[in-house]
Amino acid sequence: MTVNFAILIPFLAAAIIPFLDKRLGRVHIGWFALLIPLGLFIYLASFIPNIAAGETIIHTLEWIPSYDIHFTAYVDGLSLILGLLITGVGALVSLYSIYYLSPEESLKHFYLYLLLFMGAMLGVVFSDNIMVLYVFWELTSISSFLLIAFWYHRKRSREGAQKSLLITISGGFAMLVGFIMLYAMTGSFSIREIISVISEHTDHPLFLPAMLLILLGAFTKSAQFPFHIWLPDAMEAPTPVSAYLHSATMVKAGIYLVARFTPVFGGEALWFWLVTGVGLFTLFWAAFHAVKQVDLKAMLAYSTVSQLGMIMAMFGIGSAALHFGYSTESVVYTQATFAALFHLVNHSTFKGALFMVIGIVDHEVGTRDVRRLGGLVSFMPITFTIAMIGSFSMAGLPPFNGFLSKEMFFTAALNISELSIYSLDTWGAVIPVVAWVASVFTFLYSMMIVFKTFFGPYQEEKLERPAHEPPKGMLIAPVMLGLTVVGLFFFPNLLGDNLLRPAMAGIFPSFPEAELGVEIYAWHGFNTELFMTFGIVVVGLLLYVTLKYWRGVYVLFPERWSFNALYSYALHQMEIRSRTATKSYMTGVLRDYLVYIYFFFILLIGGALVYTGAINFSITENAPITPYEWIIAGVMFIAAISILFAKSRLTAILLNGVLGYSIAVFFVLFRAPDLALTQVVIETVTTVLFLVSYHFLPEWEREHDRKRRKGLHLLISAAVGTIFATIALAVHNGKLFESISHFYENSYELAGGRNIVNSILGDFRALDTMLEVVVLLIAGVGVYTFIKLKLGKGDQRLEDQ
Amino acid sequence: MYKTNDLILRTTTSLIAFMMLGFAIYLLIAGHNAPGGGFVGGLLTAGAVLLMYMAYGTEAVEKMIPINFTTLVPIGLAVAVGTGVGSFIFNQPFLSHTFGYFTFPIFGEIELATAMLFDVGVYLTVVGVVMTIILTIANDR
Repeated sequence: MTVNFAILIPFLAAAIIPFLDKRLGRVHIGWFALLIPLGLFIYLASFIPNIAAGETIIHTLEWIPSYDIHFTAYVDGLSLILGLLITGVGALVSLYSIYYLSPEESLKHFYLYLLLFMGAMLGVVFSDNIMVLYVFWELTSISSFLLIAFWYHRKRSREGAQKSLLITISGGFAMLVGFIMLYAMTGSFSIREIISVISEHTDHPLFLPAMLLILLGAFTKSAQFPFHIWLPDAMEAPTPVSAYLHSATMVKAGIYLVARFTPVFGGEALWFWLVTGVGLFTLFWAAFHAVKQVDLKAMLAYSTVSQLGMIMAMFGIGSAALHFGYSTESVVYTQATFAALFHLVNHSTFKGALFMVIGIVDHEVGTRDVRRLGGLVSFMPITFTIAMIGSFSMAGLPPFNGFLSKEMFFTAALNISELSIYSLDTWGAVIPVVAWVASVFTFLYSMMIVFKTFFGPYQEEKLERPAHEPPKGMLIAPVMLGLTVVGLFFFPNLLGDNLLRPAMAGIFPSFPEAELGVEIYAWHGFNTELFMTFGIVVVGLLLYVTLKYWRGVYVLFPERWSFNALYSYALHQMEIRSRTATKSYMTGVLRDYLVYIYFFFILLIGGALVYTGAINFSITENAPITPYEWIIAGVMFIAAISILFAKSRLTAILLNGVLGYSIAVFFVLFRAPDLALTQVVIETVTTVLFLVSYHFLPEWEREHDRKRRKGLHLLISAAVGTIFATIALAVHNGKLFESISHFYENSYELAGGRNIVNSILGDFRALDTMLEVVVLLIAGVGVYTFIKLKLGKGDQRLEDQ
Repeated sequence: MYKTNDLILRTTTSLIAFMMLGFAIYLLIAGHNAPGGGFVGGLLTAGAVLLMYMAYGTEAVEKMIPINFTTLVPIGLAVAVGTGVGSFIFNQPFLSHTFGYFTFPIFGEIELATAMLFDVGVYLTVVGVVMTIILTIANDR
């Protein structure tokens, strides 16, 4: 079995689920869904020894070979970390959701979407071909959209799903364009090949646009500022979904993308500042706003955004090492990347656990509002313990894994501020300050989650159900995540040596692997980082106690000026504006559309005439005009002008007949007997038909138009006439080759007919004639059906049925 | 409602209509070598029949010419397409026409061309379509 097949397994399983759901009867379908990630996790874990030994595994299936698009699965440290997270957390979430969702829910849909998402996510992390990566990327957006709107009868769910889809898909498109630019530069869709040749293309004019567009994709997916607004709204999804997608996996896709493309774009100042700057600001901004929330899930959503910003910032800081290339001094900056990878894992564990805990609280007492919760500690001791582990880890306290990654983050921030590139000597000092302030807020909301929920007065009258411990099955998954959180604190190097170090080799390909990575120590002595943590605890506690005195500061950031409001306003305005725009020209009046058509005709054809200089023509070579022709032309001219001023419809019809018969005379003069014959008969028939329908037509009315409008019509018709005349004259001047009519002169020898016209119609070009006959048939059928199939009285309209 | 006396019209019609029909047939047959053809021939035939309709009224003409003109349309189309498909039998491309000279007992040597058959198809279709259109409009209540 190859990795390619492993990626496809969830899709296959998703395809079976609806059928299986019917067969299983009373067994919860989630048990089947649980087997998939569990099996995949064990399978992927079997790669760990190989990866730890520095190997990579690659397997290619051809998909569209003519376009160089192959379904290539590439397993290295980075993709394996994410693969294990996806399947591991996926298995736990499946288990959790078995107890969380009641059997009355539409479970087959839930697990179908979930498996779809899981497969797409595995595809994203294991794909080496950027086009395939993009395909899976969009699949994650779509399946996430489906999952957010799982309770589609709720308006807020639908809105949240729409918002997340719009934002992530626009980012996805930007990323696609960036990918295509990369292909244009390097001529390859394979990430590994792009990395190996990109150094020759850094001056390419597409290099910066490609970087910006790919970053846009990563930022929208990972909910970075200012695209973070979709994530809090995505909390309308069922809690297992929030735990899985919006904390552990999908939001990490953008992070993964940044990590994956660090060897491509890292080492550029813009990349460093964008990733670090946006990450840091997101870290601060979201942490600051998390404190304001009263819904626990919203609080966790903001905290997710904030933590993602922190990881992003660390990847940005780490990319500085690529600027120098390999040297013993620059290795120290790679530690930021190591910390980022470490925190990536840590965040998935504790945030998954926290979401599950909140889900339990919501499930058992019926509310997530912190103002109604309190004093649950004595009712739900196990839940409380996990919540405490998760929150303290998030706040960065020992003995939990968050402490280690936070310390490493501070180390990286302190190191980078002493660097002299990228004008860091002026701005570098800001980085550790922002990091520290954001961490204070992180500490603050982490404490709020624990203390406001589990301590304080128990307010039974505000709860829908009395609090009690949830069923054991629901606790398994969060307990396991909680154990991982603690386990990672005590044995961090197990993860570091086996997975993180190989992942580093992928991000810094030019560095010798032995120099990459760090040993993680739970106790690193009394240094600046530790004192920063002390500061966080002290200031954080102080702020927590005095929360009600400074809460007013949030008034400074009213909802009206948020990006959320901007998004809604923009969406609303776009709808209104486009409706107004469409209404302004789609008037429903046929005459207006004709004006548009003729206007563009004048613009394009007239413009082309003037632009190409085709107007110059000479009439010297033309045949002389005989008196007969003058007379007929004069008659036609008078008739045509008179139609415009005709007072009755009958006059207009007859004048039109004059025009038709005059043309017949012209055919006679120009020696076209067949045409003349047909023209006479047809003109008669059409005039008769006009007269027949005359009876049914309304009164001939003068059109009461404004003068200006009339002038416009006059102008347009004059211009169209002039252009046609000019074209006719100019075309005559530009004969490019001999006429082919001499071929038809042999019609008697070739077709046995002396009448050339008839021979052409019936023999040389008989296909056209045949289809003209079909046109006649259609016209006849049309008239027949229009008249015969009329609606009788009391009949039902066909289109109303 | 009073009854009109259209004796002159009817008398002339019986003459003119047959002349027109004859001319129409002439146009159809002569089309290969002289001005004319299936299209004009068809239109003129339709004109002649319409003249009869105008002079004698719908019921009388329907008794005289018991043809449902609408059925002429598919027949004509089938003939036209048939001449095209027929060339496949002789391993020729679609709509390849041929001609030849044959001697007949009374008429002497006559040129026969498959393009004529095609023209007949066009003729029948045109007659059918024009008659269908005008009769449906005329009979509409």
